[in-house]
Amino acid sequence: MVIKILGTGCPNCVRLKRAVVQVLEEVGVRAEVLEVKDIPGIMSYGIVSTPGLVINERVRSYGRIPGHDELARLIRAAMIES
Amino acid sequence: MLTWIADFVTYGLFHLTPATRLASALHFFVYDSLKVLLMLAVIVYVVSVIRSFFPPERARRLLSGRALIAGHVLAALLGIVTPFCSCSAVPLFIGFIESGVPLGVTFSFLISSPMVNEVALIMLWGLFGWRIALLYITTGVSVAIVAGVVIGRLKLEHLVEEYVYQIKAEAASAEVFEQTWRDRHVYALDYTKDILRKVWLYVVAGIAIGGFIHGYAPEDFLVRYAGPQNPFAVPLAVLIGVPLYSNAAGTIPIVQALMEKGLPIGTTLAFMMAVTALSLPEMIILRRVLKPKLIGIFVGIMALTITFVGYLFNWVL
Repeated sequence: MVIKILGTGCPNCVRLKRAVVQVLEEVGVRAEVLEVKDIPGIMSYGIVSTPGLVINERVRSYGRIPGHDELARLIRAAMIES
Repeated sequence: MLTWIADFVTYGLFHLTPATRLASALHFFVYDSLKVLLMLAVIVYVVSVIRSFFPPERARRLLSGRALIAGHVLAALLGIVTPFCSCSAVPLFIGFIESGVPLGVTFSFLISSPMVNEVALIMLWGLFGWRIALLYITTGVSVAIVAGVVIGRLKLEHLVEEYVYQIKAEAASAEVFEQTWRDRHVYALDYTKDILRKVWLYVVAGIAIGGFIHGYAPEDFLVRYAGPQNPFAVPLAVLIGVPLYSNAAGTIPIVQALMEKGLPIGTTLAFMMAVTALSLPEMIILRRVLKPKLIGIFVGIMALTITFVGYLFNWVL
Protein backbone atom coordinates (compact mmCIF):
# COMPACT_ATOMS: atom_id res chain seq x y z
CA MET A 1 0.00 0.00 0.00
CA VAL A 2 1.25 3.47 -0.90
CA ILE A 3 -0.05 6.46 1.02
CA LYS A 4 0.71 9.98 -0.14
CA ILE A 5 0.30 13.12 1.91
CA LEU A 6 -0.30 16.10 -0.38
CA GLY A 7 0.69 19.46 1.04
CA THR A 8 3.32 22.14 0.99
CA GLY A 9 4.61 21.23 4.43
CA CYS A 10 2.26 23.27 6.57
CA PRO A 11 1.54 22.20 10.17
CA ASN A 12 -1.67 20.44 9.12
CA CYS A 13 0.23 18.24 6.65
CA VAL A 14 2.71 17.24 9.33
CA ARG A 15 -0.15 16.44 11.67
CA LEU A 16 -1.90 14.32 9.05
CA LYS A 17 1.26 12.35 8.38
CA ARG A 18 1.76 11.70 12.08
CA ALA A 19 -1.87 10.56 12.41
CA VAL A 20 -1.53 8.23 9.42
CA VAL A 21 1.64 6.64 10.75
CA GLN A 22 0.02 6.09 14.12
CA VAL A 23 -3.12 4.51 12.64
CA LEU A 24 -1.02 2.25 10.39
CA GLU A 25 0.79 0.98 13.43
CA GLU A 26 -2.42 0.32 15.36
CA VAL A 27 -4.15 -1.38 12.46
CA GLY A 28 -1.00 -3.36 11.77
CA VAL A 29 -0.72 -2.46 8.11
CA ARG A 30 2.57 -1.91 6.39
CA ALA A 31 2.55 0.95 3.94
CA GLU A 32 4.90 3.33 2.29
CA VAL A 33 4.10 6.90 3.40
CA LEU A 34 5.27 9.55 0.95
CA GLU A 35 4.99 13.31 0.96
CA VAL A 36 4.14 15.25 -2.20
CA LYS A 37 5.21 18.83 -1.63
CA ASP A 38 5.50 20.39 -5.08
CA ILE A 39 2.51 22.34 -6.31
CA PRO A 40 2.12 20.68 -9.74
CA GLY A 41 2.33 17.31 -8.03
CA ILE A 42 -0.37 18.25 -5.54
CA MET A 43 -2.58 19.74 -8.20
CA SER A 44 -2.34 16.74 -10.47
CA TYR A 45 -4.70 14.99 -8.05
CA GLY A 46 -7.40 17.56 -8.73
CA ILE A 47 -7.57 19.06 -5.25
CA VAL A 48 -7.13 22.70 -4.30
CA SER A 49 -7.14 22.45 -0.53
CA THR A 50 -4.46 20.78 1.51
CA PRO A 51 -3.64 18.50 3.22
CA GLY A 52 -4.75 15.82 0.81
CA LEU A 53 -4.70 12.11 1.54
CA VAL A 54 -4.08 9.68 -1.31
CA ILE A 55 -4.20 5.93 -0.76
CA ASN A 56 -3.12 3.72 -3.67
CA GLU A 57 -3.42 6.66 -6.06
CA ARG A 58 -6.98 7.47 -5.04
CA VAL A 59 -7.81 10.73 -3.27
CA ARG A 60 -9.55 9.89 0.01
CA SER A 61 -9.79 13.29 1.69
CA TYR A 62 -8.68 16.87 1.23
CA GLY A 63 -8.66 20.16 3.10
CA ARG A 64 -8.98 18.56 6.51
CA ILE A 65 -7.45 15.99 8.79
CA PRO A 66 -9.72 12.94 9.01
CA GLY A 67 -10.31 11.72 12.54
CA HIS A 68 -8.67 8.60 13.93
CA ASP A 69 -11.58 6.25 13.19
CA GLU A 70 -12.11 7.58 9.70
CA LEU A 71 -8.43 7.06 8.88
CA ALA A 72 -8.58 3.51 10.15
CA ARG A 73 -11.68 2.87 8.06
CA LEU A 74 -10.07 4.31 4.92
CA ILE A 75 -6.93 2.25 5.38
CA ARG A 76 -8.85 -0.97 6.04
CA ALA A 77 -11.06 -0.34 3.00
CA ALA A 78 -8.00 0.16 0.80
CA MET A 79 -6.48 -3.04 2.16
CA ILE A 80 -9.55 -5.09 1.24
CA GLU A 81 -9.61 -3.58 -2.25
CA SER A 82 -6.00 -4.36 -3.06
CA MET B 1 -23.10 31.41 36.65
CA LEU B 2 -20.29 33.25 34.88
CA THR B 3 -20.96 36.28 37.06
CA TRP B 4 -20.69 34.02 40.07
CA ILE B 5 -17.26 32.75 38.96
CA ALA B 6 -16.09 36.28 38.21
CA ASP B 7 -17.35 37.40 41.64
CA PHE B 8 -15.59 34.50 43.28
CA VAL B 9 -12.24 35.18 41.58
CA THR B 10 -12.34 38.92 42.15
CA TYR B 11 -13.61 39.09 45.73
CA GLY B 12 -13.02 35.57 47.03
CA LEU B 13 -9.65 34.65 45.57
CA PHE B 14 -7.99 38.06 45.41
CA HIS B 15 -9.98 39.76 48.22
CA LEU B 16 -10.40 42.96 46.23
CA THR B 17 -12.63 45.72 47.50
CA PRO B 18 -15.75 46.03 45.34
CA ALA B 19 -16.12 49.14 43.15
CA THR B 20 -12.40 49.85 42.97
CA ARG B 21 -10.79 50.21 39.57
CA LEU B 22 -8.69 47.07 39.96
CA ALA B 23 -11.71 45.01 41.01
CA SER B 24 -13.75 46.34 38.11
CA ALA B 25 -10.98 45.57 35.60
CA LEU B 26 -10.41 42.04 36.96
CA HIS B 27 -14.12 41.26 37.13
CA PHE B 28 -14.55 42.41 33.53
CA PHE B 29 -11.55 40.33 32.49
CA VAL B 30 -12.67 37.08 34.11
CA TYR B 31 -16.30 37.42 33.08
CA ASP B 32 -15.56 38.32 29.48
CA SER B 33 -12.81 35.74 29.00
CA LEU B 34 -15.15 32.97 30.09
CA LYS B 35 -18.07 34.28 28.10
CA VAL B 36 -16.13 34.77 24.87
CA LEU B 37 -14.25 31.47 25.06
CA LEU B 38 -17.47 29.60 25.76
CA MET B 39 -19.26 31.27 22.87
CA LEU B 40 -16.28 30.61 20.66
CA ALA B 41 -16.24 26.88 21.43
CA VAL B 42 -19.93 26.42 20.70
CA ILE B 43 -19.90 28.55 17.55
CA VAL B 44 -16.76 27.07 16.00
CA TYR B 45 -18.17 23.59 16.50
CA VAL B 46 -21.48 24.35 14.80
CA VAL B 47 -19.78 26.26 12.01
CA SER B 48 -17.29 23.52 11.23
CA VAL B 49 -20.09 21.00 10.83
CA ILE B 50 -21.72 23.39 8.33
CA ARG B 51 -18.39 23.97 6.64
CA SER B 52 -17.78 20.28 6.06
CA PHE B 53 -20.41 20.60 3.31
CA PHE B 54 -18.56 23.36 1.46
CA PRO B 55 -15.05 22.29 0.43
CA PRO B 56 -13.13 24.76 -1.81
CA GLU B 57 -13.35 22.21 -4.63
CA ARG B 58 -17.08 22.84 -4.72
CA ALA B 59 -16.52 26.61 -4.80
CA ARG B 60 -14.19 26.15 -7.75
CA ARG B 61 -16.80 24.17 -9.68
CA LEU B 62 -19.44 26.79 -9.03
CA LEU B 63 -17.24 29.72 -10.04
CA SER B 64 -15.47 28.55 -13.17
CA GLY B 65 -16.25 30.70 -16.17
CA ARG B 66 -18.18 33.35 -14.27
CA ALA B 67 -16.91 36.87 -14.91
CA LEU B 68 -19.93 39.06 -14.37
CA ILE B 69 -20.89 40.76 -11.15
CA ALA B 70 -22.84 37.63 -10.24
CA GLY B 71 -19.52 35.75 -10.20
CA HIS B 72 -17.99 38.25 -7.79
CA VAL B 73 -21.03 38.18 -5.52
CA LEU B 74 -21.07 34.38 -5.48
CA ALA B 75 -17.30 34.28 -4.84
CA ALA B 76 -17.57 36.69 -1.92
CA LEU B 77 -20.45 34.68 -0.39
CA LEU B 78 -18.71 31.32 -0.89
CA GLY B 79 -15.61 32.84 0.72
CA ILE B 80 -17.57 33.17 3.97
CA VAL B 81 -18.45 29.50 4.36
CA THR B 82 -15.51 27.84 2.63
CA PRO B 83 -12.72 26.78 4.94
CA PHE B 84 -9.13 27.00 3.83
CA CYS B 85 -5.96 27.47 5.79
CA SER B 86 -3.48 30.02 4.53
CA CYS B 87 -1.09 27.26 3.42
CA SER B 88 -3.73 26.20 0.89
CA ALA B 89 -3.75 29.68 -0.65
CA VAL B 90 -1.31 28.79 -3.44
CA PRO B 91 -2.94 25.56 -4.69
CA LEU B 92 -6.30 27.27 -4.29
CA PHE B 93 -5.22 30.23 -6.39
CA ILE B 94 -3.71 28.06 -9.13
CA GLY B 95 -6.66 25.68 -9.11
CA PHE B 96 -9.14 28.52 -9.53
CA ILE B 97 -7.22 30.27 -12.31
CA GLU B 98 -6.51 27.02 -14.07
CA SER B 99 -10.13 25.90 -14.17
CA GLY B 100 -11.23 29.18 -15.72
CA VAL B 101 -12.23 31.28 -12.74
CA PRO B 102 -11.36 34.88 -13.75
CA LEU B 103 -8.58 36.65 -11.80
CA GLY B 104 -10.91 39.28 -10.33
CA VAL B 105 -13.41 36.65 -9.15
CA THR B 106 -10.58 34.63 -7.59
CA PHE B 107 -9.55 37.74 -5.65
CA SER B 108 -13.10 38.34 -4.45
CA PHE B 109 -12.97 34.84 -2.96
CA LEU B 110 -9.47 35.21 -1.50
CA ILE B 111 -10.41 38.53 0.16
CA SER B 112 -13.73 37.53 1.64
CA SER B 113 -12.52 34.21 3.03
CA PRO B 114 -10.27 35.53 5.85
CA MET B 115 -12.02 38.88 6.27
CA VAL B 116 -15.64 37.81 6.59
CA ASN B 117 -15.34 35.18 9.20
CA GLU B 118 -18.50 33.52 10.41
CA VAL B 119 -17.03 33.09 13.88
CA ALA B 120 -16.42 36.83 14.12
CA LEU B 121 -19.90 37.43 12.71
CA ILE B 122 -21.64 35.43 15.40
CA MET B 123 -19.43 36.87 18.15
CA LEU B 124 -20.26 40.40 17.01
CA TRP B 125 -23.90 39.40 17.09
CA GLY B 126 -23.60 38.10 20.64
CA LEU B 127 -21.64 41.06 21.97
CA PHE B 128 -23.09 44.02 20.05
CA GLY B 129 -26.38 42.87 18.56
CA TRP B 130 -27.51 42.01 15.06
CA ARG B 131 -27.13 45.52 13.62
CA ILE B 132 -23.35 45.55 13.95
CA ALA B 133 -23.14 41.94 12.79
CA LEU B 134 -25.16 42.72 9.68
CA LEU B 135 -23.03 45.79 9.06
CA TYR B 136 -19.89 43.70 9.33
CA ILE B 137 -21.01 41.06 6.86
CA THR B 138 -22.38 43.53 4.27
CA THR B 139 -19.28 45.72 4.36
CA GLY B 140 -16.94 42.72 4.21
CA VAL B 141 -18.76 41.22 1.24
CA SER B 142 -18.92 44.65 -0.48
CA VAL B 143 -15.18 45.24 -0.04
CA ALA B 144 -14.45 41.78 -1.49
CA ILE B 145 -16.74 42.41 -4.46
CA VAL B 146 -15.49 45.93 -5.21
CA ALA B 147 -11.78 45.07 -4.86
CA GLY B 148 -12.26 41.96 -7.02
CA VAL B 149 -14.14 43.88 -9.73
CA VAL B 150 -11.44 46.59 -9.80
CA ILE B 151 -8.65 44.01 -10.08
CA GLY B 152 -10.60 42.25 -12.83
CA ARG B 153 -11.09 45.49 -14.78
CA LEU B 154 -7.41 46.45 -14.56
CA LYS B 155 -6.50 43.39 -16.67
CA LEU B 156 -3.59 42.29 -14.53
CA GLU B 157 -3.34 38.72 -15.76
CA HIS B 158 0.25 39.35 -16.90
CA LEU B 159 1.24 40.07 -13.29
CA VAL B 160 0.54 36.49 -12.28
CA GLU B 161 3.65 34.31 -12.37
CA GLU B 162 3.83 32.54 -15.73
CA TYR B 163 4.14 29.01 -14.39
CA VAL B 164 0.63 29.27 -12.95
CA TYR B 165 -0.81 29.13 -16.45
CA GLN B 166 1.29 26.13 -17.36
CA ILE B 167 0.09 23.82 -14.63
CA LYS B 168 -2.53 21.48 -15.91
CA ALA B 169 -4.51 20.12 -13.07
CA GLU B 170 -6.84 17.21 -13.37
CA ALA B 171 -10.46 18.13 -13.30
CA ALA B 172 -11.56 17.44 -9.76
CA SER B 173 -11.70 13.72 -10.16
CA ALA B 174 -11.39 13.07 -6.50
CA GLU B 175 -13.71 10.23 -5.69
CA VAL B 176 -14.02 10.76 -2.03
CA PHE B 177 -15.94 8.70 0.43
CA GLU B 178 -18.90 10.67 1.62
CA GLN B 179 -18.31 11.80 5.20
CA THR B 180 -20.66 10.37 7.77
CA TRP B 181 -22.21 12.55 10.47
CA ARG B 182 -19.85 10.95 12.91
CA ASP B 183 -16.87 12.00 10.76
CA ARG B 184 -18.20 15.53 10.66
CA HIS B 185 -18.64 15.52 14.42
CA VAL B 186 -15.09 14.25 15.00
CA TYR B 187 -13.73 16.77 12.51
CA ALA B 188 -15.65 19.65 14.09
CA LEU B 189 -14.49 18.67 17.56
CA ASP B 190 -10.85 18.47 16.46
CA TYR B 191 -11.12 21.73 14.60
CA THR B 192 -12.71 23.47 17.59
CA LYS B 193 -9.89 22.33 19.87
CA ASP B 194 -7.38 23.45 17.26
CA ILE B 195 -8.91 26.93 16.89
CA LEU B 196 -9.24 27.40 20.63
CA ARG B 197 -5.61 26.42 21.09
CA LYS B 198 -4.64 28.95 18.45
CA VAL B 199 -6.77 31.95 19.40
CA TRP B 200 -7.30 31.70 23.15
CA LEU B 201 -4.17 33.72 23.80
CA TYR B 202 -5.28 36.45 21.37
CA VAL B 203 -8.72 36.47 22.94
CA VAL B 204 -7.45 36.58 26.52
CA ALA B 205 -4.82 39.22 25.63
CA GLY B 206 -7.48 41.22 23.80
CA ILE B 207 -9.78 41.04 26.79
CA ALA B 208 -6.92 41.96 29.14
CA ILE B 209 -6.23 45.07 27.05
CA GLY B 210 -9.96 45.68 26.93
CA GLY B 211 -10.20 45.24 30.69
CA PHE B 212 -7.36 47.68 31.21
CA ILE B 213 -9.00 50.27 28.96
CA HIS B 214 -12.31 49.53 30.70
CA GLY B 215 -10.93 50.14 34.17
CA TYR B 216 -8.27 52.76 33.61
CA ALA B 217 -8.35 54.70 30.34
CA PRO B 218 -10.26 57.98 30.72
CA GLU B 219 -13.55 58.09 28.81
CA ASP B 220 -12.41 60.69 26.36
CA PHE B 221 -8.85 59.45 25.79
CA LEU B 222 -9.47 57.71 22.48
CA VAL B 223 -12.19 60.07 21.40
CA ARG B 224 -9.79 62.99 21.72
CA TYR B 225 -7.26 61.39 19.38
CA ALA B 226 -9.29 59.11 17.15
CA GLY B 227 -12.85 60.40 17.53
CA PRO B 228 -15.17 61.85 14.91
CA GLN B 229 -13.35 65.19 15.06
CA ASN B 230 -10.13 63.77 13.63
CA PRO B 231 -10.51 63.48 9.84
CA PHE B 232 -7.42 61.26 9.60
CA ALA B 233 -8.59 58.71 12.15
CA VAL B 234 -9.80 56.20 9.53
CA PRO B 235 -6.67 56.07 7.33
CA LEU B 236 -4.60 56.01 10.51
CA ALA B 237 -6.57 53.02 11.82
CA VAL B 238 -6.04 51.23 8.50
CA LEU B 239 -2.31 52.01 8.50
CA ILE B 240 -1.94 50.63 12.01
CA GLY B 241 -4.03 47.60 11.11
CA VAL B 242 -2.24 46.50 7.93
CA PRO B 243 0.99 45.14 9.48
CA LEU B 244 -0.87 43.66 12.44
CA TYR B 245 -2.39 40.27 12.03
CA SER B 246 -4.89 38.35 14.04
CA ASN B 247 -7.61 35.85 13.40
CA ALA B 248 -10.91 37.72 13.01
CA ALA B 249 -12.19 36.23 16.27
CA GLY B 250 -9.16 37.54 18.16
CA THR B 251 -9.85 41.15 17.22
CA ILE B 252 -13.37 41.19 18.65
CA PRO B 253 -12.44 41.91 22.29
CA ILE B 254 -10.30 44.86 21.20
CA VAL B 255 -13.10 46.09 18.98
CA GLN B 256 -15.42 45.84 21.95
CA ALA B 257 -13.12 47.92 24.14
CA LEU B 258 -12.52 50.54 21.43
CA MET B 259 -16.22 51.01 20.79
CA GLU B 260 -17.03 51.19 24.45
CA LYS B 261 -14.63 54.12 24.70
CA GLY B 262 -16.43 56.01 21.99
CA LEU B 263 -14.43 55.21 18.87
CA PRO B 264 -16.83 55.61 15.91
CA ILE B 265 -18.08 52.40 14.32
CA GLY B 266 -16.57 53.13 10.88
CA THR B 267 -13.09 53.67 12.29
CA THR B 268 -13.35 50.49 14.37
CA LEU B 269 -14.58 48.35 11.45
CA ALA B 270 -11.84 49.74 9.20
CA PHE B 271 -9.24 48.78 11.79
CA MET B 272 -10.68 45.29 12.15
CA MET B 273 -10.79 44.67 8.40
CA ALA B 274 -7.24 45.90 7.90
CA VAL B 275 -6.01 43.56 10.63
CA THR B 276 -7.79 40.48 9.28
CA ALA B 277 -7.68 40.95 5.50
CA LEU B 278 -4.13 42.17 4.97
CA SER B 279 -1.27 40.36 6.58
CA LEU B 280 2.42 39.99 5.90
CA PRO B 281 2.48 36.16 6.08
CA GLU B 282 -0.30 35.95 3.50
CA MET B 283 1.55 38.35 1.17
CA ILE B 284 4.66 36.18 1.41
CA ILE B 285 2.63 33.08 0.50
CA LEU B 286 0.89 34.86 -2.37
CA ARG B 287 4.26 36.09 -3.67
CA ARG B 288 4.77 32.57 -5.03
CA VAL B 289 1.99 33.10 -7.58
CA LEU B 290 1.82 36.89 -7.92
CA LYS B 291 4.44 39.36 -9.05
CA PRO B 292 5.32 42.05 -6.48
CA LYS B 293 3.53 44.73 -8.46
CA LEU B 294 0.22 42.86 -8.26
CA ILE B 295 0.65 42.37 -4.53
CA GLY B 296 1.26 46.13 -4.24
CA ILE B 297 -1.87 46.89 -6.27
CA PHE B 298 -3.87 44.41 -4.17
CA VAL B 299 -2.78 45.99 -0.87
CA GLY B 300 -3.39 49.49 -2.27
CA ILE B 301 -6.92 48.71 -3.48
CA MET B 302 -7.79 46.97 -0.21
CA ALA B 303 -6.49 49.88 1.91
CA LEU B 304 -8.43 52.42 -0.16
CA THR B 305 -11.67 50.41 -0.15
CA ILE B 306 -11.47 49.80 3.60
CA THR B 307 -10.77 53.48 4.28
CA PHE B 308 -13.73 54.44 2.13
CA VAL B 309 -16.00 52.04 4.02
CA GLY B 310 -14.75 53.49 7.33
CA TYR B 311 -15.63 57.04 6.27
CA LEU B 312 -18.97 55.92 4.91
CA PHE B 313 -20.04 54.37 8.20
CA ASN B 314 -18.77 57.24 10.32
CA TRP B 315 -20.79 59.53 8.10
CA VAL B 316 -23.98 57.44 7.88
CA LEU B 317 -24.32 56.39 11.52
